Amino acid sequence: MAAYIGTPTSRIDGHAKVTGAAKYAAEFNAPGLAHASLVTSTITKGRIAKIDASEAMRVAGVIDVITHKNRPTMASRDKAYKDDVAAEGSPYRPLYDDEIKFNGQPVAVVVAADADIARFAASLVRVEYIEDPFVTDLLEQRDTAHEVERPSRPRGDAEAAFAAAEVRHEADYFIPTEYHNPMELFATTVTWEGDGKLTVYDKTQGVQNVQRYLVSVFGMKPDDLKVVSPYVGGAFGSGLRPQFQVALAVIAARALERSVRLVLTRPQMYGLSYRPATIEHLALGAKALGPLEAVMHEAIAQTSEYEDFNRNDVAWADQLYKCGNTRYSHKLAKLDVSTPSDMRAPGAASGVYALECAMDELAVALKMDPLQLRFVTYSDREQNADRPYSSKKLRECYRQGAAAFGWEKRNPEPRSMRDGSELVGWGMATGVWEALQMPLTVRIVMTANGHAEVSSATSDIGTGTYTIMAQVAADMLGLPIDNVSIKLGDSTLSESPVEGGSWLAASVANSIATTAEAIRKTLLGVTKTMPDSPLADAKPKDVMLADGKIVSKKDASRAIPIADVMRAGKLDRIDQKAAAPVKDDGKYARNTHSAVFVEVRVDEQIGVIRVTRVVSAAAAGRILNTKTAHSQLLGGVVWGIGMALHEETLTDHRFGRIMNANLGEYHMPVNADIYDINCFFVDEPDATINPMGIKGVGEIGIVGVAAAIANAVYHATGKRVRDLPITIDKLRRD
Amino acid sequence: MINFQYARPNEVADAVRQIAADPRARFIAGGTNLLDLMKSDVEQPSRLIDISRLPLKSVEETPDGGLRIGALVPNTDLAYHPLVESRYPLLASAIMAGASQQLRNMASTGGNLMQRTRCYYFYDIATPCNKREPGSGCSAIEGLNRMHAILGTSESCIAVYPSDMSIALAALEATVRVMGPGGERTMAFADFHRLPGDTPERDNNLEPNEIITAIELPPQGFAKNHSYLKIRDRLSYAFALVSVAAALEMDGEAVKEARLALGGVAHKPWRVEAAEAALAGQPANEASFAKAADIVLSGAKGFEHNAFKIDLARRAIIRTLTQAANGTPQSQSSKKIR
Ligand SMILES: Cc1cc2nc3c(=O)[nH]c(=O)nc-3n(C[C@H](O)[C@H](O)[C@H](O)COP(=O)(O)OP(=O)(O)OC[C@H]3O[C@@H](n4cnc5c(N)ncnc54)[C@H](O)[C@@H]3O)c2cc1C
Ligand code: SF4
Repeated sequence: MAAYIGTPTSRIDGHAKVTGAAKYAAEFNAPGLAHASLVTSTITKGRIAKIDASEAMRVAGVIDVITHKNRPTMASRDKAYKDDVAAEGSPYRPLYDDEIKFNGQPVAVVVAADADIARFAASLVRVEYIEDPFVTDLLEQRDTAHEVERPSRPRGDAEAAFAAAEVRHEADYFIPTEYHNPMELFATTVTWEGDGKLTVYDKTQGVQNVQRYLVSVFGMKPDDLKVVSPYVGGAFGSGLRPQFQVALAVIAARALERSVRLVLTRPQMYGLSYRPATIEHLALGAKALGPLEAVMHEAIAQTSEYEDFNRNDVAWADQLYKCGNTRYSHKLAKLDVSTPSDMRAPGAASGVYALECAMDELAVALKMDPLQLRFVTYSDREQNADRPYSSKKLRECYRQGAAAFGWEKRNPEPRSMRDGSELVGWGMATGVWEALQMPLTVRIVMTANGHAEVSSATSDIGTGTYTIMAQVAADMLGLPIDNVSIKLGDSTLSESPVEGGSWLAASVANSIATTAEAIRKTLLGVTKTMPDSPLADAKPKDVMLADGKIVSKKDASRAIPIADVMRAGKLDRIDQKAAAPVKDDGKYARNTHSAVFVEVRVDEQIGVIRVTRVVSAAAAGRILNTKTAHSQLLGGVVWGIGMALHEETLTDHRFGRIMNANLGEYHMPVNADIYDINCFFVDEPDATINPMGIKGVGEIGIVGVAAAIANAVYHATGKRVRDLPITIDKLRRD
Repeated sequence: MINFQYARPNEVADAVRQIAADPRARFIAGGTNLLDLMKSDVEQPSRLIDISRLPLKSVEETPDGGLRIGALVPNTDLAYHPLVESRYPLLASAIMAGASQQLRNMASTGGNLMQRTRCYYFYDIATPCNKREPGSGCSAIEGLNRMHAILGTSESCIAVYPSDMSIALAALEATVRVMGPGGERTMAFADFHRLPGDTPERDNNLEPNEIITAIELPPQGFAKNHSYLKIRDRLSYAFALVSVAAALEMDGEAVKEARLALGGVAHKPWRVEAAEAALAGQPANEASFAKAADIVLSGAKGFEHNAFKIDLARRAIIRTLTQAANGTPQSQSSKKIR
């Protein structure tokens, strides 16, 4: 049955993407399209005293300058601004009033006949402010942080166990604010369809979320606004919530009753959301031979003044290590900044970085091989609820990863391995993420000519969703993949949640299977009415769809071509809509896992670090497409290298401004930084998690990578750098 | 970005006439620096004088056996020019250490010389900066100054001049040919760029009504013993934290003549003749190199985030001189330090 599932099928949208036929949000056109450009706040907190747009308005081609003073009406209650995945609090309202809450906040939208004129005119808008004192530095606000809902209840007596432990390790780790920096700029094209009806082409990970948000903010009828987003050039979480450009583009379109496009500049994208700077405090206690006695993990992350964004940074040890005494706490420090958001493996990328560095430091204190420590502390039951995993092939990840890397040749002594002028270091770490499934409805329309259209209002942010949907549908419907077409990224399609959390593959694939089952039942029903049907006594579970036929599973000779069945039933199409039931009775823990092994080479005299080898072995249930899934791991590793060595947002806290808000100065890895990366999946059949055994692979690839690199740098140099990124100057610090 | 006029002269004299006529006009060559500055509203030219069609694109041998490089020769062409590769490999190497392939394809020799600092504050018009707006104050001195200068700083500016190519040109003792309304003149490379002093708004000694026409290299190219080592925050496509151009004339195991220039540490390529003189006649070993490094760095002063550069520069000088003496120059494609 699985002709396509599990194969390295190339992207079905690849041709459209490389030829430019695939249209992104900023590429849709409309007659009379106007172009918008933003003026953003240069202060961090306070009020707008005055906006003088007269000079801008005098520029030929300028249509209007819209500010909080002359914008169209918007909802007045917080609730209207709460999107499906809003953080706790009172959401930011674009262009709502004179209040400035963060630097880079939009204060005016200049609309003109073309984009260059709009941008020029935007530079002529004069804004006067009344400034208030502000704080943007997490370290300064550390002590004011408030505790948020506990991610996991305390177990045992962690403090006492830690105090009594034979070997202890305790330290602070730090992750700076990081930005998603997707290749595609955030953009929206709003087309004015007449009578106030709008089509909104947006860069988003959730068309229906944006649709509901806009309808509620602007008090529109749901049928009068649809959101379309067929292709997304990367988002990594930044497109989960509606971002300000979509609201501003709609404001402009409604104010002017015409079609408007707004494309943010790269620097303006640093006014959107980000992975929050976080201080991670870790305390681990152990017995002399390894078993963990105590785990305490406290995270202090930054959030905005107006919303509390928090993710689970701290309770990941429960998914990995056996330990009876644990205490976790998550705190937020409020700053005069925009609200953080999910960014690839939110919580885990930061929290597991700290946990896995701490485990490495504990191994050093125990004089034990770090991999050995992972085996000694391995847990086959999730610790917090004391329940089994639906599957956990982490041991296999450790074993196969270590074998592929050659870990057994490691000399445990720091600074003991060298190659000429370079110190060589080998480090490892564990990765863990959640395996979730969400309710999602799929519609399949199968026509008598053997074609199926499969649709859902989900999105493909570049991960390969189009392709896995086609693979699953082709297998479930017994059709060649070329006979399957996929529609997504349109809010009028059937119900889908935002695309995130690595939950999409499991959600959409199982729903395709459920819908295909409904189609199979319909077909089987018709066969019963056919004379001399070879499937007369067959039950739905006895038949499958294969090679364009409905076939008995037991006896392949008992089959009827689908086309014949449809003709017999006088059906020119079968149209079914269904959602796979999402069953989580809490009996099992659901996670993906990985083991990451890294080699670094550090020039002893100068301190230049090269990550020359990475092996990442992941266990993530059933892999639908080995090619696109491999790319997800690979991308995660590259990002992990950036997290470890390069990425950092530089804010001048005197001004509250981000000073490296561009891709030249906000560093991420370039080709020269990438050497040999070997990623693979270990086999992990999972009959429990969902009917198809799918876990999702979007986030697991990044988790643990930065820790493995930091641990390798320690092994190479004997120097422990706990605050990311690990730069040349920090290696030399006393 | 503002609206501007656009002109495209075909002759150097015409370009000079146009720039002299309008103090707010700017030359544009490859545009790789100027356009970024315009997008941030740091530069707001009334007129762009596109010099990319001027006949300044040749690389020719001079009668004395040196090389004349037209101001509009693209960085890529220069780095791969057979005469540069064979006779001035230090220059080729320094160019290849800079920017990215695409940028080097666009960037011109003259534009590279003229490129402005990458100080974050200089690019952000919402913050004070003496270089951009004289008298407004220097945000870097007590701000984000990890990339900033440790040598030749002043109370008004601690910015770094970011070019890689120019560090090699300084070591090779190039001269700069410029043309103004009054005719042509030449400047020694060391006299071209300035220290910030109390006029940080001036990067160099080119007059506002002058154009760079060519760079000239003397015959001596140090092709046997040279190296350009650039230390940065990722392995390519980042500006130097510290870079070193070293060129040696060897006499057996001893140094006969030395040239040493540093990038990433000052408002201009940093050369200390006393350090070079101290190397002459000395054995090519770590002790001699360390002594030269100490002379170069005497007077170096760190700020809150960049003090590490002093020790890093010292190590980099020793390493680069070692590479040069051994005849094993740093490769710009393999990122392993030799
Ligand atoms: C992301 C990024 C990374 C970079 N990394 C590096 C790096 O690592 N190392 C490095 O060295 N450089 C780097 N650069 C800078 C690059 O080398 C310069 O931008 C380039 O050399 C400038 O040349 P251009 O011809 O494009 O100059 P333009 O942008 O056209 O002009 C720059 C300035 O020079 C003036 N000018 C140009 N030609 C003349 C002339 N003949 N006479 C008088 N004035 C003239 C212009 O008026 C303008 O003021 C980087 C640039 C970018 C954008
Ligand atoms: S160092 Fe120079 S360029 Fe930077 S802020 Fe100070 S004055 Fe401006």
